[in-house]
Amino acid sequence: MTTKEYESYYVPAQSKWPIVGAIALFLIAVGAANYVSNLNNPENAGGGWVLLAGIALIIYMMFGWFNNVITESMSGKYSHQMDNSFRQGMSWFIFSEVMFFAAFFGALLYARTFSVPWLDGAGNNAATAVILWPEFTATWPLIKTPDGTETTAMGWYGLPLINTILLLTSSITAHFAHVSLEQNKRGLLKFWLGLTVVLGVVFLFCQGLEYSHGYADEMKLYLDSGIYGNTFYLLTGFHGMHVTLGTIMLLVMLIRVFKGHFTPKNHFAFQAASWYWHFVDVVWVILFVFVYII
Amino acid sequence: MTTDVINDQSEHDPHDGEHHDHKMTGMKRWLYTTNHKDIGSMYLWFSFIMFLTGGMMALVIRAELFQPGLQILEPDFFNQMTTVHGLIMVFGAIMPAFTGLANWMLPMMVGAPDMALPRLNNWSFWILPFAFAILLSSFFMESGAPNFGWTFYAPLSTTYSNGSTAFFVFAVHIMGISSIMGAINIVVTIMNMRAPGMTYMKMPLFVWTFFITAYLLIAVMPVLAGVVTMVLTDTYFGTSFFDAAGGGDPVMFQHIFWFFGHPEVYIMILPAFGIVSTTIPAFSRKPLFGYSSMVYATASIAFLSFIVWAHHMFTTGMPLFGELFFMYCTMLIAVPTGVKVFNWAATMWRGSLSFETPMLFSIAFVILFTIGGFSGLMLAMTPVDFQYHDTYFVVAHFHYVLVTGSLFSIFAGAYYWLPKWTGHMYNDTLSKWHFWCSLISVNLLFFPMHFLGLAGMPRRIPDYALQFADFNKWVSIGGFAFGISQLIFLALVIKCIRGGEKAPMKPWDGAEGLEWTVPSPAPYHTFTTPPKID
Repeated sequence: MTTKEYESYYVPAQSKWPIVGAIALFLIAVGAANYVSNLNNPENAGGGWVLLAGIALIIYMMFGWFNNVITESMSGKYSHQMDNSFRQGMSWFIFSEVMFFAAFFGALLYARTFSVPWLDGAGNNAATAVILWPEFTATWPLIKTPDGTETTAMGWYGLPLINTILLLTSSITAHFAHVSLEQNKRGLLKFWLGLTVVLGVVFLFCQGLEYSHGYADEMKLYLDSGIYGNTFYLLTGFHGMHVTLGTIMLLVMLIRVFKGHFTPKNHFAFQAASWYWHFVDVVWVILFVFVYII
Repeated sequence: MTTDVINDQSEHDPHDGEHHDHKMTGMKRWLYTTNHKDIGSMYLWFSFIMFLTGGMMALVIRAELFQPGLQILEPDFFNQMTTVHGLIMVFGAIMPAFTGLANWMLPMMVGAPDMALPRLNNWSFWILPFAFAILLSSFFMESGAPNFGWTFYAPLSTTYSNGSTAFFVFAVHIMGISSIMGAINIVVTIMNMRAPGMTYMKMPLFVWTFFITAYLLIAVMPVLAGVVTMVLTDTYFGTSFFDAAGGGDPVMFQHIFWFFGHPEVYIMILPAFGIVSTTIPAFSRKPLFGYSSMVYATASIAFLSFIVWAHHMFTTGMPLFGELFFMYCTMLIAVPTGVKVFNWAATMWRGSLSFETPMLFSIAFVILFTIGGFSGLMLAMTPVDFQYHDTYFVVAHFHYVLVTGSLFSIFAGAYYWLPKWTGHMYNDTLSKWHFWCSLISVNLLFFPMHFLGLAGMPRRIPDYALQFADFNKWVSIGGFAFGISQLIFLALVIKCIRGGEKAPMKPWDGAEGLEWTVPSPAPYHTFTTPPKID
């Protein structure tokens, strides 16, 4: 790297957005905590409104903050080095997200490998099984918990398989969009990126459909149906939240493309959204294997 | 490492004055700032306020334990005190203090104009006071604050928790976001903002330790977020991650928690290694002995920290192979740590030593941290740990590494760089008083805890058997003396900010590094143009 790049590292002047974001996060946390604490007496749950106010404020912050960044970027204040900072920052952020999912996959694998078999007497736990729940038999998916809650396992064919195909395809279309951008084919870029967003939305719709099947009386697969339902809903749920976020990010990129933003050389935001999308896709593949198939 | 640039932008760089040097005045400067020095100062002040807050709670605990029997507290409130004391000291005092030092020093040490992502940096800081406001607000709730210990083991934090658990969970979430964003900033700054010529192996060791620590943070803070989320859903949404009746396991909580928790321990000590590796060479007037072995030792400790977590759970129950594996891995950590202690001693060996206050704290660090390390080695042995587990021996162990380790290193760093931060020398007499009072009282406070623990006094219990009374009395006296000693530091810092002998550019003749090539106090913006490193 040349010295020139170092000289032009842009340090922004004061910004009000971080403190706005801090207040927003505060409202979200207090609101959510209050709301969750009062699930059983809804008349006390004013927290829901505080939570919504916090979310509104954080959306306002994102608009403002990103607006600043985009303006600075478009006016050529950013150097190659600055671009690197953004890229590295995004990569490590995605790594932290990977570790977040790792905690839940860890819980899933622990339950399957250790806690469920142990409750049935595996290892040196014969006494545990006899004393606690002698009737209990270890199976996976755990369709009957030790305390007798019964549920049904979600199969991997049907909706989950369709969803897998949808997401894998969307990763490919996202890549095509990126290639089109680098070759400066704006028409193709709009097409592929638009298609990616549509695939994301369809995925979310199917996921909702799947949940409604789960919660229907035939399946009785609820969030609190024992460790199978817990891991199923939390893993797919957090994944779904990430898909939602990724879809919004891609949608914003689509709007920016229509506004004429991004050049073949300079498109960090697009790249970040695309990385995020591929990450969400990879998580789904792991999830499909460990939650649905095996 | 040398530099051929005497950096003084305020005069040489007209560009600088044009764009940046308009500090806002009043509150807005601190709310809106993107300046790493402002943000570093805010982190340090926040951490000190939290240190005093958590310290007050420790004194409440020690007041109750001054005598056997229940004197002043309800047992439930005693539990709230131990819990919030731990949470505050870990997440509110030690970690933000290190982040503050990183903010202040890293850009100057690598020759960068600021942190890589300055706005994000401000956000990372400002969410912290809100997180602790939420945590502390639970004292004013009907149910009271969290009372399940800072490790919030299930089912204490799920089935048997009081009504404030949701507030605890979301407060921890915000602390986690703050740490992750702060760590990303540190990593990117170091990877991307080094001055031309500063290769990785030319970086000051201080920079290296923060680099590795930041990786640990990015890797494990999300796991903490995951485990508190499971606690939340177990408590409020009927899941059974930590409930055997639904197929889960309370032991699983401990595994996930300590997968975060053990690297967390090193997050709180690796930066301390970096600080004393800066101060000891400065006051020995010799370069650091074995620089590259220090780098590799730090990296090894970081790696090992991921595969030793279950040594916190020897008595919880796990297969024999697990106990052996975690015992041997844990003992292996003594090797790179031993390399470090050896290197510090070898750095001092035949150096021309002088004993300014930063050096006093550093030497105390080396000796007392080593004591904490040895008791850690004792705890690492599975059969021995069966005896020590959950006794005051454990309390003594981790207070030696966290108070006389991490905290003393922070003091060493603060004294070392105060002239650079404020432009004034601190009052030497006061600083010596602070050191000697702290040193004597901290040992009176924590050393007898070893004996108490070996004799069987359990931790986290507000009452104890009569035979422990004498030691506990002395421990409490030591605790109050240590607490009061810290007020000397507060007075000294305020005095130093307001005035005092003018500090030269480099007040320590043995000091090395780019931060000493800028004036004292460091100008608001440094290294707008990067220096050239040979």
